[in-house]
Amino acid sequence: MTMAEETLAEPAAARSGPGDGAAVDLDDVAVRFRTKKKDVTALRQVSLSVAMGEFVAIVGPSGCGKSTLLKLVAGLLRPSAGDVRLRGEAVTGPRRDIGYVFQRAALLEWRSARRNILLQAEMRRMPGAEARKRADELIDMTGLRGFEDAYPHELSGGMQQRVALCRALLHRPPVLLMDEPFGALDALTREQMNIELNRIWRETGTTVLLVTHSIAEAVYLADRVVVMSARPGTVVEIIEVGLPAERDYAETMAREEFSAATTRIRRLLGAASGAE
Amino acid sequence: MEQGSTSATPATSAAPSAATPPGAAPAVAGVAERARPGLAERTTDTLERSWRPVALLFACFAAWWAISATRLVEPYLVPSPGTTLRVMGDKAGYLWQHTWVTTYETLLGFVIAVVVGVFAAVVMVYSSTVERTLYPVLLFAQVVPKIAIAPLFVVWLGFGIAPKIVIAVLIAFFPVVISMVTGLKAVDPEMIELSATMGAGPLQTFAKIRFPASLPHLFAGLKVAVTLAVTGAVVGEFVGANKGLGYVILQANGNLDTPMLFAGLLVMSVIGVVLFVLVEIAEKLLLPWHASHRRDAATTTY
Repeated sequence: MTMAEETLAEPAAARSGPGDGAAVDLDDVAVRFRTKKKDVTALRQVSLSVAMGEFVAIVGPSGCGKSTLLKLVAGLLRPSAGDVRLRGEAVTGPRRDIGYVFQRAALLEWRSARRNILLQAEMRRMPGAEARKRADELIDMTGLRGFEDAYPHELSGGMQQRVALCRALLHRPPVLLMDEPFGALDALTREQMNIELNRIWRETGTTVLLVTHSIAEAVYLADRVVVMSARPGTVVEIIEVGLPAERDYAETMAREEFSAATTRIRRLLGAASGAE
Repeated sequence: MEQGSTSATPATSAAPSAATPPGAAPAVAGVAERARPGLAERTTDTLERSWRPVALLFACFAAWWAISATRLVEPYLVPSPGTTLRVMGDKAGYLWQHTWVTTYETLLGFVIAVVVGVFAAVVMVYSSTVERTLYPVLLFAQVVPKIAIAPLFVVWLGFGIAPKIVIAVLIAFFPVVISMVTGLKAVDPEMIELSATMGAGPLQTFAKIRFPASLPHLFAGLKVAVTLAVTGAVVGEFVGANKGLGYVILQANGNLDTPMLFAGLLVMSVIGVVLFVLVEIAEKLLLPWHASHRRDAATTTY
């Protein structure tokens, strides 16, 4: 927890109170969308509390409102009912004290990898020298060294996603929101990215909310896995994974806790989608 | 015990990616640095690419020459290329003076059309009320035949440069607006959301994301607009002027001076082509990253 507090680089973000334990707090949240012809309830009665420094994965059938949940936390969407709090503060508009990673890397085509990462610093008007130093650190941390001057179209999908991750981490956000960040990658790259994300999470102490379709990914990375039902999405069960923070990939896969958790989640998801 | 073994292993599994020492020369496996191609190589490359259109142009001239040489058409209807070129040489001063007028009108009209068009597009994209109000008016201004209303501008604005510029602007404005609106709307919505989480204001988002992202679309419109601007200026000169290439052509037509008429046409086409090429060069310099310019960028197999 103290690590998460220490990583705050921004004085503007630091003033936002003690955080009193919960990094993210959702209380009886509902989201309803209105389109021309129909009203859709995306989320109902969602309550979830994520502690500082915790890694929480969210799994659920397609269209159950997982991404909507992240957008609520980021302040990109407003809930139809209920309260959303980020680090003890009610979320009323887009929040700057987060990092956001989408499924598609969403890089600017006309900027090199490094300048895409530095976009974060430019928008936040961070001091240039400090930002460049931090970018270099992240480039080393994510294994982008040697590709920092390449343009997005010259990078593979995995590399592009690494750039997006660096961009999201540049300002040392206390909360990192990831919306299926590795969904478009091949299985091997995905495993490698999982290993790296685990290491980055341990090194930065950031609170992470990860939406994923992969049960293995969720269990390997997270402290707790939130299982959601099909639309209208709600929390079915929260599973404590009970694995140590530092996890070797192959070894973790073979552990009992891992298979117990994945089996439990599979059963829940089967039941959840079967009930529809 | 199991805890102990897990904490020992990740260090090795993470090592390959983290092993690159910071600040070291970027030696990436499988990537070899190569010198830029030399001047000779680039020249032959350019020749290789450009000889075909040049050859086609010469073929057209040859056909024109053959038609006039074999007297298939009377010379007073279609002059020979030789006569036309001779007229261009003999009356170079006269042609140059009028060419300059037309170029000046075209450029001024084009620049005004771009400024007004881009501004209108930005306002329309940011306010749907303005868009709904302005779009029908724009469309109406576009569908009214400019040639039909050109005489009206002469009546209103006189024989000077003003009506030519107004017509050039009117004719070039539409493609600029349409392409810019498309460009500004084609921005990845996730990019906009991301920019909101970075705490960027609307101005920053526009300057760093929206505007650069719309440039490829804008340039497509600019290329159409610049050729139309030439037409606009000449149409303006047709309906009432005492200088400019439109005036030259009209005069030559009245005097049955077909060599001069053809010379005027040639020069006019050259203006259009040159301006088009200039816009294209600007595009290549400004948007080297865009997919349409990646032909010989970095990635080819060898």
